[in-house]
Amino acid sequence: MTAPLVVFAVGNPSRGDDAIGPVICGQLAKWLANEGLADQVDLVEDFQLNIEHALDLQGRELALFIDAGENTPAPFIFAQIYPSTATGHTTHALPPEAVLQVYRQMEGEGPPPAFVLCVRGEGFELGAELTPTAQGGIDAAMALLERLLTKPALADWCAPGMLHG
Amino acid sequence: MTYQLETAQHPEKLRRVAIDPVSRVEGHGKVTILLDDQNKVHQVRLHIVEFRGFEKFIQGRPYWEVPVMVQRLCGICPVSHHLAASKALDVIVGAKRLTPTAEKLRRLMHYGQMLQSHALHFFHLCSPDLLFGFDSDITKRNIVGVAAAHPEIAKRGVLLRRFGQEVIRVTAGKRVHGTGAVPGGVNKSLTIAERDELLKDIYHIVQWSRDAVHLIQKVHIQDPGLYNSFGIFRSNFMSIVGHNGDLDFYHGTLRARDDNGKLIFDHVDYQNYDDYIEEEVRPWSYMKFPFFKSIGKEHGWYKVGPLARVQNCDQIPTPFAERERKEFVDYAGGTPMHAPLAYHWTRMIEMLHAAEVIKDLLHDDDLLSDDRMVEGERQMEGVGVIEAPRGTLFHHYRVDENDLITMANLIVSTTNNNQAMNEAVRHVARRYLNGREVTEGLLNHIEVAIRAFDPCLSCATHALGKMPLAVELVDPEGKVVHSLSRS
Repeated sequence: MTAPLVVFAVGNPSRGDDAIGPVICGQLAKWLANEGLADQVDLVEDFQLNIEHALDLQGRELALFIDAGENTPAPFIFAQIYPSTATGHTTHALPPEAVLQVYRQMEGEGPPPAFVLCVRGEGFELGAELTPTAQGGIDAAMALLERLLTKPALADWCAPGMLHG
Repeated sequence: MTYQLETAQHPEKLRRVAIDPVSRVEGHGKVTILLDDQNKVHQVRLHIVEFRGFEKFIQGRPYWEVPVMVQRLCGICPVSHHLAASKALDVIVGAKRLTPTAEKLRRLMHYGQMLQSHALHFFHLCSPDLLFGFDSDITKRNIVGVAAAHPEIAKRGVLLRRFGQEVIRVTAGKRVHGTGAVPGGVNKSLTIAERDELLKDIYHIVQWSRDAVHLIQKVHIQDPGLYNSFGIFRSNFMSIVGHNGDLDFYHGTLRARDDNGKLIFDHVDYQNYDDYIEEEVRPWSYMKFPFFKSIGKEHGWYKVGPLARVQNCDQIPTPFAERERKEFVDYAGGTPMHAPLAYHWTRMIEMLHAAEVIKDLLHDDDLLSDDRMVEGERQMEGVGVIEAPRGTLFHHYRVDENDLITMANLIVSTTNNNQAMNEAVRHVARRYLNGREVTEGLLNHIEVAIRAFDPCLSCATHALGKMPLAVELVDPEGKVVHSLSRS
């Protein structure tokens, strides 16, 4: 049974604030289990987004991409995104908009409504710990996620006060 | 030792063109080109911007953590590091010969990795250049453009990669951060359900891989003037080869040939690799330059990867891929092919071979057995070598009596190809940039040469906003006179 919501959490746990995605993924898995919502959400953790993640969008009602951001507003951006051809110079790591575009080209139809939650990071060195900024961003992001995932519906996610950045 | 175009006589008088980072290449790479007022090329260098601190990162860790930890070195080929480290640590735990189940499960994992990596590289990294042309509209010259113009090709690329990822998932336990291989064996067998799920798709995968070989063969043969000469340079080449000289990505002995195909060394136990290979440090690059000790720095450098492997082996032990290898060798005319764009053709032959090996392994009941681990007399040092998608990968560790890593030396595929990539870039710069205005299309020619080697300049973070692309022309006073951006 495909869960209606897929959450992609992206990042390398050994590279400082690039661990934001995996850390949130771990916390989210526990919270979903505690709330009895685990069957409503599929969590997909990976080092980076790539073409095959378009297949994870099949049969979904909503999609959420969580990633660290450099030079992005603190604590996070939460915004709706759309398929785009004007993104990305690398296929070793696609931006979320390009994953949506790959889905559209493969399936011949639009992808599910999709959002990005981009938490600000400041240090990305190999072996580094999370910075205080990132830790604060994770806490703030989790508070938002608990509201979003309690009732994952497009209208609620787009409601005034939900979108940031 | 200096190489032609490596170091200009008076760099302070030249104009600098920087491609930073190289687009569609993993991690952060940078090409700098120094031009004079007439746009004549005087110096070309491929730099690695990011310092690779992996060896230090590993030192002091318990050895049993290493096969999992090293996966974080690269998000594109984590399995290669996972298995190379496991092979080195097999030596340290005294596991001289793995059980058939362990060896076959690791092999299945590795060939799944080869399949998905080669599919990604060909269909989504290079097909934009190959299908649209190097000078084509940049807004279409990307994966999304391929999907729009050739939806079936793009879809097959996605499904081939997904199949390889599934092979990795069932053998390693997870899509990422898997723990399938451990020192002395593996910790998981295949279930019948997992095997049967893969068997449902494998025949399509083999057929699509055959089609991919024929596609690139056709593209190559239709334009021999370009494909046989673009970025060409002659060099030695090296890989491991398996039993009886078979193409083997997982295990074997080291073999090297010169540019005419004559053997330099053969049947070399890779535990002794440092008797044959030395790494040179140059002041302008963080990445070392390996060379064969017996030949020396000047002429001892080499290339690795698909083009080296397919021409270094005596045969490929699966029928469809062997047929394609023979066609490639016939096309080359009986002497080694050195054209960088031939990497694409050989890469697809290897993808076909990987698909055939996966098919055969899925019919082997050893994959279902619980006989997974061996151990023996503890050692203090071990070397593991594997043929990763981009070429030969060395992991070398020493441990102390407390099981902590005291020394780690990694020679990754891209390091093995360092001089070769620099030579290809210089050739292209000389051929296409000399005396001409620098345009995006021309700069893409440089990148096409680099992408042929599929370098993993590893292993930058991919946080949003972290990978901009800027091209700058800087005059001798350091002033930016022109810039291009793709972010």
